[in-house]
Formats: sequence, structure tokens, C-alpha cells
Amino acid sequence: MEWVDFFLQQLITGLSNGMIIALIAIGYTMVYGIIELINFAHGDLFMLGAFLALTMLGMFGLGDWSGASAWAAVVIMLIASAGFCGALNWGIDRLAYKPLRDASKLSLLVSAIGASFILVNLGLFWGGLPMDVFAGGVAAAAPKDFPALVPNSNLLGESSLVQFTPKDVLVWAVTVPLMIGLTWIVTRTRLGKAMRATAQNPVAARLMGIDTDRVIGATFLIGGALGGFASVIYSLYNNTISFQMGYRAGMDAFTAAVLGGIGSMPGAVAGALVIGLVRSMSDAYFETRWTNTIVFGILVLILIFRPSGLLGSRAKEKV
Amino acid sequence: MSAGSPAFASVGTPPVMLRLQGLAARYGAIEALRDVNLEVRAGEIVSLIGANGAGKSTTLMAISGIVRATAGTVEFDGRRINGERADRIVAAGLAQVPEGRRVFPRLTVRENLEMGAYLRSDDLGPDLSHVHELFPVLEDRAGQLAGTLSGGEQQMLAIGRALMSRPRLLMMDEPSMGIAPMLVARIFEAVKELNREGLTVLLVEQNARAALKLSHRAYVLETGRTTFSGPGAELLDDDRIRRAYLGEG
Repeated sequence: MEWVDFFLQQLITGLSNGMIIALIAIGYTMVYGIIELINFAHGDLFMLGAFLALTMLGMFGLGDWSGASAWAAVVIMLIASAGFCGALNWGIDRLAYKPLRDASKLSLLVSAIGASFILVNLGLFWGGLPMDVFAGGVAAAAPKDFPALVPNSNLLGESSLVQFTPKDVLVWAVTVPLMIGLTWIVTRTRLGKAMRATAQNPVAARLMGIDTDRVIGATFLIGGALGGFASVIYSLYNNTISFQMGYRAGMDAFTAAVLGGIGSMPGAVAGALVIGLVRSMSDAYFETRWTNTIVFGILVLILIFRPSGLLGSRAKEKV
Repeated sequence: MSAGSPAFASVGTPPVMLRLQGLAARYGAIEALRDVNLEVRAGEIVSLIGANGAGKSTTLMAISGIVRATAGTVEFDGRRINGERADRIVAAGLAQVPEGRRVFPRLTVRENLEMGAYLRSDDLGPDLSHVHELFPVLEDRAGQLAGTLSGGEQQMLAIGRALMSRPRLLMMDEPSMGIAPMLVARIFEAVKELNREGLTVLLVEQNARAALKLSHRAYVLETGRTTFSGPGAELLDDDRIRRAYLGEG
């Protein structure tokens, strides 16, 4: 039946986009969990990861990508963007947030907005560099085509009305292992336990001998790296990037983190899947132009009626 | 000798382990500590008593390197430690059980104890069993989230957690606060036991009577300055102390 196929298609698109949003949302929620900062620069960090990936493709040569060389390029871009975004996020914490550790949360937030502007403008400048990949710098602000390294062929057969492509496989093959790995780090390792301890009571963590500045730095590093991974799969999934893409992706991810309960990692993933589905369903059954209104309408409703989110703890602990 | 006044079982005078001289610190614009002078000798239980807001907790936080001292010195084993990072001070052998317990509510009891041993990489087994011997309830609840424990159990966990770093000097801030009287007795009993095993203790207490009975020596802190000091039993009999801190007129 046609409507079933149509619905299934929106489900696949929504969930794949949701998993990409989830990687970004985890970066928001981890940082919020540990220093109570909505890191507004996080979406723009993600954007710079995509610019790095495209620049690297340009350096390799923009020729025909197929088979093994395409997959090798994907792996190299994933590693490079993750390393770049992780290091950059760590550096932003050092320069823009660490000096404000004892200042008010509002100062920290304003600093994050400042960092966001700087990154957006770096993206604009980067996009204006005279490089082949950026169409020679004539239109710095124009969206850039991202080469289709991953084929768009239908794995369910050409005759199927539902499209499930290698791009969807890529999204799940990258995001699921990363989330499992992250869960392992946070629940099982010494660093992960120190991260949770620092988030729950920073003073007590210091009294235990935990160097909380290092733990916070590691949190920014990991959250940034996840944003870097997300930037590459986003670019390969959508095949177009722009210096402004961090704003939309960042707002989606932030909404997802709030929806799931900011500070909660499973919450961020659940929230992101919901946002991904709401986006694809709204695009398909209403109108694309209403989608942002619906997503941010959800954000406002959660903030009013259930600020702790779907999976967030309702903050009642014995003191 | 009565059970309430522990003996000073030493030959000669044991060495000074912790010495504060002219310590001052501020919280924002407030001058919380002005001139704190005290000594803790190896093997002693020393208590610091004083009214609310006198600066008792700030003193401990300054020793632990959480609050920065603006003047004066903190020496541990003859080495100046003020200005050092908090984790270095823990590594040197100084641990604190903070006011309000501050357990990690969404870590399990076991994970809380592991966090106490954060700087150690050797086998935790012997210390875990020692803590479990002292407070058996912590073994029964090993897998439970610390936030679900009762106040008294959380206090035991906070003490056990601090012991996991193998401190030579343990600072305790108001261990009796908000806890059922029976558990308070159990906790003070544990402090005595630990002291008999060789642990040096600096105790901050609102419950001045209990603290003075337990301690070898005590200091009185008034608006950021140490004023009186003397053997616990002596301060317990001092009229001024009785009036000011023991609620007797």
C-alpha cells in the first residue's frame, strides 16, 4: 500500500536524521551536565568540522570517488574532523569558559554566544578562501556541494518504493558504536566515573583528589569529537554544507537535549530521535515551512510544562 | 580513665602534623577568616568549636585548598601546602569529610568509595574491607545509589569515602548534623576507633559537648579568629565556654 511505504520512508529519514542530531545533542548535554552551560558554540563547532572534511577532500583531489578509496576517504575525514572538533572544543573551554569558572552562569552563557559568533565568522571566512571545493571564493556565504562519496542506491531493490540507502547504513554504523563506546566510558572507566562525580558535586570531587579542570577539559574534548563525527556523516547524508548550518543543527540538538532532559545522555538520544521524526513527518504531512515552528513550539512547551524533560531526573535528592 | 576522655598515649610530645599560622581567607567581599592559629599533633583528635558563621568550615576548606588563603600559612608535615592544588593536598595525606556529606547521589555506594581512592592505583581490597568492617551497612548497600541512603548512612559513606584515600589526617566537618542520636554515637565511636588505629583527626562540631568529650585538645573559633585553646576536658569545665557554647548559664 502506498501510504504505508510513504510512512515508512518518513520513519527511516526521521530516525537517520535523529541519530545525527543525537551525536550533537550529547555534546550539549555532557557539557551542561558538568558545568551547567548551554554551549551555544557547539553547533558552529559542528559546522567547522564539515568545512574541514570538505577542505580535506579538496586536498585529496575532487576526482571520482568510488569503492574502497571512497570508504577510505570517509574514515579519514571522520577521524580528522573528530580530532579537530575535539581539540577546538577543548581550546574554547580553556580560553572562553575556564577563566569564568567562578563567575555567574550568565557570564558563561554570554561567553558561549561570543564563541559561537567567532566560529560562524571563521566558517564564513573559510568558505571565502579561493579553493576549488568552495567555488573559488566568489560566494563565501553560498552553500557548498559536498561530494556524494556514499552512493544513494536503494538497498531494498530498485522496485521498492521505500528508500534505504548506504547513507542510512553509514549513519547507523557510525552513531551506534560511538554511543555504545561513550556509555562504556561514562559508566565503566575511571575518567567516566570522575566525570559523573564532578557533575554531581564538583567540590566533593576536588576533595577526592579529582583534578576537575582536567575532567571538564576531557568532557569538552569528547563532546567536541562527537560533533566532529556528526559533521562528516551529516555532510555525506545531505551533500550540502553552509557556514550557517551550525545554527539549525545546533538548535535541533539543543531542543533534543532539553526534550530528553538536559544532562541525561539517554535522554539526548531519545529526544533527538523524536525531533528527527517530528521534522520528517512535518515535512511530509504538513509543509516544510511549518517544521521549524513545530520543533521550537515543542521546545517552548517543554520548558513551560516539563522543564526536567522526558528522562531528566526530577531533582529530588536527600541532602 | 573514663570512656569519655581518651588517653594521650605517647612518650614525649608527638610531632606537629598540621600547623596553621595567621590564616586568613575571604568569601567574595566577606572576610571569613582573620587570624586562625592551630596545631594538630600526630595521633591527636583536635576539635574546632564555635558559633555558626565563625569560619569553621572555611578553615577546613582553606586547608583542603578549595578556598584560597589570603594570608598566613598552612603547613602539613613541616611543608607549606597553601596555594597547592586540592588534589596535591589529598595526595599528601589530608582528607576531608565535608559538611552536608556531599556524597555523589547518582553513583553507587561502591563507586563513591572508589572515588575516594581516585588517586590510588593499588589494590583497594584491604581498605574496602576495613571500611565495611567499620560500617557494615555500606557493604550491604554496595550497589545502591548513594542518594537513596538515609542521612546517617550517607555520613558513614562520606567518612568511608574519605578513608579510601588512606589519609594520615582526617578532617571532619559536622559529622553529627541532621543525624539520629543513635547513629551519632556510632559515628563518634568510629572516630575513636580510627584514632586508636593511628589516624589523626581534626573535628569541627556544633555539638560542642560531644566534640570536647571526644577530643584531646580543642580550639575555639570566634569571627574568624582562634581565641581559646586547651585540653578538651578543661574547656568542658571552663565557665566562659560553658556559657557560650554549651548552652549553660
